[in-house]
Amino acid sequence: MSAYKLSLEGISKSFGAVTANDRVTLRVRPGTVHAVLGENGAGKSTLMNVLYGLYRPDEGRILIDGRDVVIDSPRAALAAGIGMVHQHFMLVGQLTVTENIVLGMKGQGLKLDLASHRRKIAKLSQSFGFEIDPTADVMKLPIGMQQRVEILKLIYQNAEILILDEPTSVLTPNETGPFFELLERLKSAGKTILFITHKLEEVMAIADDVTVMQGGKVKASLAKSETDPASLARTMVGRDVLFQVKRSAHSTGEPVLRLADVSANNARGLKALDRVTFEIRAGEVFGIAGVDGNGQAELAEVISGLRPVESGRIHVSDTDVTQASISDRARRFGVAYVPEDRHRDGLVLDESVAQNMILRTYNRRPFARFGFFDRSAIRDHAERLASAFAVRLQSVDQEVRYLSGGNQQKVILARELEGAPRVLVVAQPTKGLDVGAIEFVQQQILAQRDRGVAVLYISTELEHLLDVCDRVGVLFRGKLMDTIGSDDATPERVGLLMAGVAA
Amino acid sequence: MESLFSLQAITEILSTSLRLSVPLVFAALAGVLSERSGVFNIALEGKILAGAFGAAFGAFLMEDPYSGLVVGMLFGMMAGSILAVLGVTFGVNQIVTGIAINIFVLGITAFLSRIVFGAQANTLRLPGFKAFDFPGLSSIPVVGPVLFGQDLMVYLMFICVGAVFLFLYRTPWGLAVRAVGENPSAVDSAGLSVTKLRYGCVIAAGALAALGGCYLVLSQVFLFSEHMSAGKGFIALAAVILGRWNPVGALCACLLFGFFDALQLRLQFNYQDVPHQFFLMLPYLISILALVGLVGKPRPPAAVGRHYRREAK
Amino acid sequence: MQRLYRILFHLRSVLAIVAALAVGSLLIIAAGSNPIEAYKTLFHGAFFDYWGFAATLVKMSPLLLAGLAVVLPLRAGLFNIGAEGQIYIGALFATIAALYLPVLPGPVHILICTLAGALGGALWALIPALLKAYQGINEIIVTLLLNFVALHFVSFMVSGPMIEPGAPYPYSPEIPDSLFLPHILPCSDAHFGVLVGIVIAIGMYIVFRRGVSGFTLATVGRNPEAARYAGISVKRHIIVSFMIAGACAGLAGTFEVLGHRYRLFHAFSQGYGYDGIVVAFLAGLNPFLAILSSMFIGGLRSGANMMQRAMGIETTVVEAIQGLVILFVAMSLAFRYRATAIGQAITRRKELEQALDEQTRDKKT
Repeated sequence: MSAYKLSLEGISKSFGAVTANDRVTLRVRPGTVHAVLGENGAGKSTLMNVLYGLYRPDEGRILIDGRDVVIDSPRAALAAGIGMVHQHFMLVGQLTVTENIVLGMKGQGLKLDLASHRRKIAKLSQSFGFEIDPTADVMKLPIGMQQRVEILKLIYQNAEILILDEPTSVLTPNETGPFFELLERLKSAGKTILFITHKLEEVMAIADDVTVMQGGKVKASLAKSETDPASLARTMVGRDVLFQVKRSAHSTGEPVLRLADVSANNARGLKALDRVTFEIRAGEVFGIAGVDGNGQAELAEVISGLRPVESGRIHVSDTDVTQASISDRARRFGVAYVPEDRHRDGLVLDESVAQNMILRTYNRRPFARFGFFDRSAIRDHAERLASAFAVRLQSVDQEVRYLSGGNQQKVILARELEGAPRVLVVAQPTKGLDVGAIEFVQQQILAQRDRGVAVLYISTELEHLLDVCDRVGVLFRGKLMDTIGSDDATPERVGLLMAGVAA
Repeated sequence: MESLFSLQAITEILSTSLRLSVPLVFAALAGVLSERSGVFNIALEGKILAGAFGAAFGAFLMEDPYSGLVVGMLFGMMAGSILAVLGVTFGVNQIVTGIAINIFVLGITAFLSRIVFGAQANTLRLPGFKAFDFPGLSSIPVVGPVLFGQDLMVYLMFICVGAVFLFLYRTPWGLAVRAVGENPSAVDSAGLSVTKLRYGCVIAAGALAALGGCYLVLSQVFLFSEHMSAGKGFIALAAVILGRWNPVGALCACLLFGFFDALQLRLQFNYQDVPHQFFLMLPYLISILALVGLVGKPRPPAAVGRHYRREAK
Repeated sequence: MQRLYRILFHLRSVLAIVAALAVGSLLIIAAGSNPIEAYKTLFHGAFFDYWGFAATLVKMSPLLLAGLAVVLPLRAGLFNIGAEGQIYIGALFATIAALYLPVLPGPVHILICTLAGALGGALWALIPALLKAYQGINEIIVTLLLNFVALHFVSFMVSGPMIEPGAPYPYSPEIPDSLFLPHILPCSDAHFGVLVGIVIAIGMYIVFRRGVSGFTLATVGRNPEAARYAGISVKRHIIVSFMIAGACAGLAGTFEVLGHRYRLFHAFSQGYGYDGIVVAFLAGLNPFLAILSSMFIGGLRSGANMMQRAMGIETTVVEAIQGLVILFVAMSLAFRYRATAIGQAITRRKELEQALDEQTRDKKT
C-alpha cells in the first residue's frame, strides 16, 4: 500500500505555444483535504482536467494507491474512483436530482429504476446531512444546493477522490462554514478531497496539505502546519507584497447617477431588481457586492439601457434617461458600460480590433460617411487607442478573438473611456485576468474616479471591491440591502448582508 | 352529394386522417429522437424521400414489400449517417448539412428512379401491404374500421411511438439522450460519449423517417415518383415543435395535421366548383397557424443544433 | 503544408464541383453513356454555343436572384429557405400589375410591374420575419411551409380567378407585348433580368465589404448581444434583411414572367428557390461569387438539355450532380469550418434567439 492515495508525476500539457502544466507533481495522502492553490492561469484547472481525463497530458503518469492508471476519459476517471465538481456545474437543469445522479451510471440494465435509486439517494443524502430532495428539478434549486447535488452524485457513484474546483466561488461567506463542515464529514468517511482555490484563508481553514502552483509549475508542496498565510501568498504570487491599490483621498461632487425605486425582470421574466434606490456622486466609486445572480447583471443592464425597467426612474445629472435608448445613453448622456461577459456582450470576436473599437460609434463621422466606412480613419483611431491603453497586438486588423483576456478587456476599456463618460458601469472587470491586468484595470477605474466620473463597480470579489470602492452596497435577491462606507465594511459585515441578513 | 356529417363520411375522414398522418408520425418521431439528442434534423424530408426510394427499389427488385421496408430503412440510415458524420463529428452546421442532404437526395433519387424503373416509372404497381381486419374488433362502428382495419405499417407506427416513448423515459439510455440534448458537457463529464449517443439517435432517426417514406410507397401509391415527400418532412418538424419534443405529443400533432389533410381532400370532393388547388394549401397553412397559435413559447432542447467540442469550453 | 492547406481551402468550391462531376461521371456510366463525351456536350452547350449560352443566362437570372435571397439573411444568421415561395408571389404580383392595371407607356409599366413583383416577394418574406422577430418562431420551418402555400395559391389563382379562357391547363392570359423585357443577346431568349441580378449582386458585395449596414447586419449574425450593446436593433435587421431578400426572389419570379414566359404558369419555378441555396453555398455566401456560381448552375441546367438531345441522357443527372455539389460543399465546410463566413454567420443562432427574447421586452431599441 502506498502512502499516497493519488499521485501525479511530472505532468506536462501544452496548448499550442502555451505551456499550461510544466512537469507538475502532486501527491495526495488518503483521507485528507489537499488544497491546490494558485492564481488564475496558474494551471490548476488544466491539471484537474488532465486528472479527470478531459485533457490528455503530453507526458507524465498518474498513480492511484501506488498503481499506474491510464485516465483517458471521464469514464476512466470515474472507474478509477475520481469524481470532479466543475466550477460550472455539470447538471442538466431540466432533469430531477435523481435523474442527474444516475445519469451515466453503469450496470443499470435495460430498465431505469428511478424509484429504488431515489430511496437510496435519499438515505445517502440524509447520512451526510445534505438535505436534498431527490425529486426536485435541479433548475429550481438554489446554487448552493446544486453544488451539493454534484457532490452527492460523486459519492453515490462511489468516487473515492473528489476534485472540487473553486467550490466556494458560488457561496456566500456565511454558507462557506457549513460547506466546510460537510467536507469534514466526507473526510471522516474516508474520502480524499482535492480542493482547488485561489483563496488563502480557505486553505488555512480546511486543508491538511497544500500545493502551490504558479505559471504552470509547482512552487511548493507542504503540510499546512508548516506554513502561514504570508509565506503562502509570497509563493503564490511570486513577489513579496500582495498588490494594493493606492486610493488617494479626494472630495466628491454633485450626484450624477440616481436610481429611484427601480424594478426590473430578468431574461426569464422573473423579478430581478426590487425597488433599488441609490445615487453616485461625481468622483465616487460605488461598489455592489453580492453572490452572483442576485440582480447584479440586471442592474448593470438597466443602467446601460440593455434592459428596460418595470418601474422606477433613472437620472443622469438632471436628465431622466429611463426611456432613453442604449446608444443615446452612451453617446448623449455619457453612460459607459464595461459588461461582465466580454465575449457575449462587449466584443464581436470575429471582427477586427479596429471595428470593435468603434462598436458604439460605428455610424458616426469620421468613421462612416454616407453609409460607408472610412477604413483609414477607423484604423488611425484604433491605433491611437491601442497605444494609449498599451493593448498588445500585432495589428488593429487582427480579429479580437486572438487577443488575450487582459488585452480584450483593454480594448473594451479604451472604447468605453474614450468619450469622456460621466457615468461608468463596470461589471466583474477583473474576472479571469492575471494580476498585472487586474492592476491595470483597477488603476484605470480609479483614474476615472479622480476625473470626476461616477463609477458603479459590480463584483463578487469582495477584496477587490473593498480595495477600490468608496462605498459598498449589497444586492440580495434584487434588493439593495444596505450601503456601508468602505472603511466600515468588513468582510463579516458585508458577508451577512450577502446572505440576506439585514444589519 | 354526400353530407359531410354522415356516419360513413366521418368514418372515412377519420380513417383517411390516420392514413395520411402515418408518414408524418414516423418522420416526427425521427425528429423527436434526433432533436432530443441535440441534433437539429431538417433532413427529415430527405430521409423520407430516401426511404421511399429505397422501399420502391427493394420491392421492385425482390418483388416483396418486406424487402422494400428493409432497403428503405437502410437508405434512410445512410442519409442519417451523412448528417451524423458531418454534423456531429465534423461540426458542420446541422442546418446546412440537413439542407444539403435534402437537395442531394432529391437529385439522386430523381436520377436513379429513371435508371431503375425506366419508362414504366409512372405505371408501375409495386407489391405493397394490404389492410387487414382484426376479427371482431373491426366491426365496431367508426372505431373499428379506423383503428382495426388498417395495414401492417399503421400498427408498426403505433408500436414505434410507444417504443420511442419508453426508450426516452424508461431506460438509462433514454435519460442520457434527454440529457445530451440539454447539456452535453454534463453527459461527457458523467463518462458517456456524446458522439455515440448522437450517432445512435440520428441514424435511428434516419430509419424511422424512412419508414414514413416506405409507407408512402408500400401502402399508398405503390410506385416511386420524384419529390413524393412533398414537404411532409417539414410538416413533421412543425409537429415536433407542436408536440413539445415528446413522442406522444408529436403523434397528436401529426394526427391533427392528418385530419386537416383528410378534410382538405373531402372538401375538394364536396366543393368541386372551387379549384382543388385552393384546398391543397390547407395542411401547410394549418401547420404554420399551429406554430403561431401555440400557447406559451416552446422550449427546444437547449443544445439543439450546437456542435459539442470538449476542448472549446 | 499550412500554405497548401489554405490554398485548398480557398478552392473548396472548385474542389466540390470537381468531386461532384467525378461522382457524376459514375452516374453517367450507370446510365450507359460516356462521361467525357457527355460533359463535353454539356459544357460546350452551356457556355460555348451562342444559343446555349443564351439559355444559360435565362436560367441564371432566377438562380442568381434566388441565391442572393439566401445570402443576405444568412449574413445575420437567418435561413431563408423560402425563396421558392417568394418567387411565386413576386410573379403573381407582377402578373396582376401587368394584366389588370390600365395600360401605361411600356418602360413605366415595366417598372411598375417590377416594383410590384419585388413588393410581393418582400411581403411574403415579411411573414416569417415578423414571426421570427416577435414570436421567435423558427424561420426555416415557416419559410419552407410557406413555399407550399405560395405554390398552391398561385396554382389556384391561375386555375380559377386568373385562368386564360379555354386554357388546356392552368395558366394566365399573356401579358401585353409592350411589357416584354428587352433581350440582351440579339435574337435569343436572354433577357434583361440577369443584368439586374448582377447589378444587385455587385451592390450587395460592396455594401457587405464597406457599408455600415453590411457591418451591422454581420454583427447581428456574429454576436447579437454585442449588437444590442452597440445600439443595433436586431429585430429591424431581421425584418429588413428578409424583406430585401424576398424582394430579390420576387424579382426572380417577375423576370420569369416579363422576360421569359410572358404569362403566369402554374408550378413554373421548378425549384429555382431551392437551387438558390446551392448557388449561395457554392459561392461561400459571397454575393459577387454568386454571379459565377449561378452561371455554373444555370449552365448545368441548360447544358443538360443539350446533353439529353444529343446523347439521350436524362436531364435528371444534373439534378443528381447539383445535389452532389452541395453535399461536397457541406463536406468541405468540415475543414476549418469556423473561419469561413458561413461559419461565423450561423454558429450563433442560439444567441440570436436569446437576444430577440431580451429585445421583446425592450421597447426602446
